[in-house]
Amino acid sequence: MNNVLLIARRELSAYLRTMLGYIIVAVMLFILGILFNAWAMSGTAKKSAEIIADFFTLASGCTLVTSAVLGMPLLAKEREKGTIQLLFSAPIRDWEIIVGKYLSALVFLMVYLGCSFYMPLLVMAYGKVSAGHLAAGYLGLMLVGSVGAAFGTFASALTKNQLVAVIISLVLVIGLTVFWFVARITDRPLTDAVTAMAWYAHFTPFGAGLVHAKHVIYFCLVSFVALFAATRVLEARRWT
Amino acid sequence: MISVEGLTKYYGENAAIKDLAFKISKGEVIGFLGLNGAGKSTTLKVLGCVLAPTSGRVIVDGYDVVENPHEIRKRIGYLPDTPPLYDEMTVGGYLDFVARLRGVAPGDTVARVKAIEEKTGLAAWHDAPINSLSHGYRQRVGVAQALVHNPQLLILDEPTGGLDPVQIVEMRELIKRLKGEHTILISSHILSEISQIVDRLLIIHNGEIVAQGTEDQLAGAAGGGGGLIELQLAGNAQKAVEAAKAVPQVNTVELTQLAGDRVHLQVTAAADVRPALVRAMVTAQLDVLEVKKSHGRLEDIFLKITQKEGSA
Repeated sequence: MNNVLLIARRELSAYLRTMLGYIIVAVMLFILGILFNAWAMSGTAKKSAEIIADFFTLASGCTLVTSAVLGMPLLAKEREKGTIQLLFSAPIRDWEIIVGKYLSALVFLMVYLGCSFYMPLLVMAYGKVSAGHLAAGYLGLMLVGSVGAAFGTFASALTKNQLVAVIISLVLVIGLTVFWFVARITDRPLTDAVTAMAWYAHFTPFGAGLVHAKHVIYFCLVSFVALFAATRVLEARRWT
Repeated sequence: MISVEGLTKYYGENAAIKDLAFKISKGEVIGFLGLNGAGKSTTLKVLGCVLAPTSGRVIVDGYDVVENPHEIRKRIGYLPDTPPLYDEMTVGGYLDFVARLRGVAPGDTVARVKAIEEKTGLAAWHDAPINSLSHGYRQRVGVAQALVHNPQLLILDEPTGGLDPVQIVEMRELIKRLKGEHTILISSHILSEISQIVDRLLIIHNGEIVAQGTEDQLAGAAGGGGGLIELQLAGNAQKAVEAAKAVPQVNTVELTQLAGDRVHLQVTAAADVRPALVRAMVTAQLDVLEVKKSHGRLEDIFLKITQKEGSA
């Protein structure tokens, strides 16, 4: 576990000392702010809870993209610069490298989520929103971010080109999103199966202020599968 | 310390190294010599547990690189051909990170980093960002990260690559100071850069070991066993050549210089035939002014060995 924290700490300091992470967070916060104003805050009078639900819908998409893009440099940059050889020659397991890097992206994502908090806070100040609703929504956003960061880590393990890595992770994000649209045009029992795979269907209850174990498990499971695949890819790198 | 048998590594369809076999004792300083692409880096990557071999058996300090790479990694310090540096970190921060990564106890890292910075001449750059360092200092940080945990085995892949002549001398002095404390594997494609440091040379060509031994042994092998013998004589040149050729085990005799009655011969032989040559010259009534065994330049030896392999 010490190695995981060591890797996570170093990677987090890289996010904090370089501009890339800040730029990604700033751009995505800008987009989220515009969408929040244009969609959640516009139109006819709404209840506070409805505005917050709309905010979480928008924020979930932005969080998924942000976390997937944040994962871009994690391993691709190590391979591009040759620093991966330092990790490969050190007494550290491949899964520790993967989990450490994934955790750093997840912690940095909190900067983004923290900066987005003023939006629901404004609604809370001028309307009636429970703290539990916000807590559930932000838990959901962290779980969505976990999936995005895991996808980003996996994509970053596949290539040494950071641009290719971000394209792969966004394709994975889109793929997981498409299930939700597919579910709308299919019939049962296929609809149930496809819905079960769509991340948005699992996020909606969080946005409404509800926390169900099955949805938490879904996000944890998808994250685990992506991180497991990333570990296998890293192991395979030693043989090629 | 290291035992390698039948080591082969394929990249796709291409074999980077083929059926390598060698042994390295504890405390030895071994030079891996070869042209670019000969397979030196691949060999060192396998020994450093960065790459897994396609086949063969590699034992380092009693552990197999495939079965127990983790144990081996605890015992090695590895400098790849490009130093693995995080540009945004400071020298001290980076070395502290590597020390912890390599298993130095948290309470000991400060002392270890300080000691290694002093040893590698980096103490004044402790707080300098790595991206502000010159190539020579980046290389030093690369060596420092390989040493920070005081490993038994030190693997340095082209540590003098891209350095200017002064930096090469400094790097050589640094490695000389490490002799005796570690088993050291060092690679280079410029032979003179490491010939003064190493105890033994392994010459790799096209993924195979084509020669190994001390510099003297390799010089001997390149010259046909006895090396190159240079003779300076006074007398008839024709007689001198014939007398030299008549000596048993002599392979070639070359008249390299003739000024008046001064004759200069270069002789290659299957063994050290200097006494027999002197006797033959005296018998032929020639005055022997000088006789010496010449190893030739190491580059010449290397070229002879690799060209011999290439034409075989």
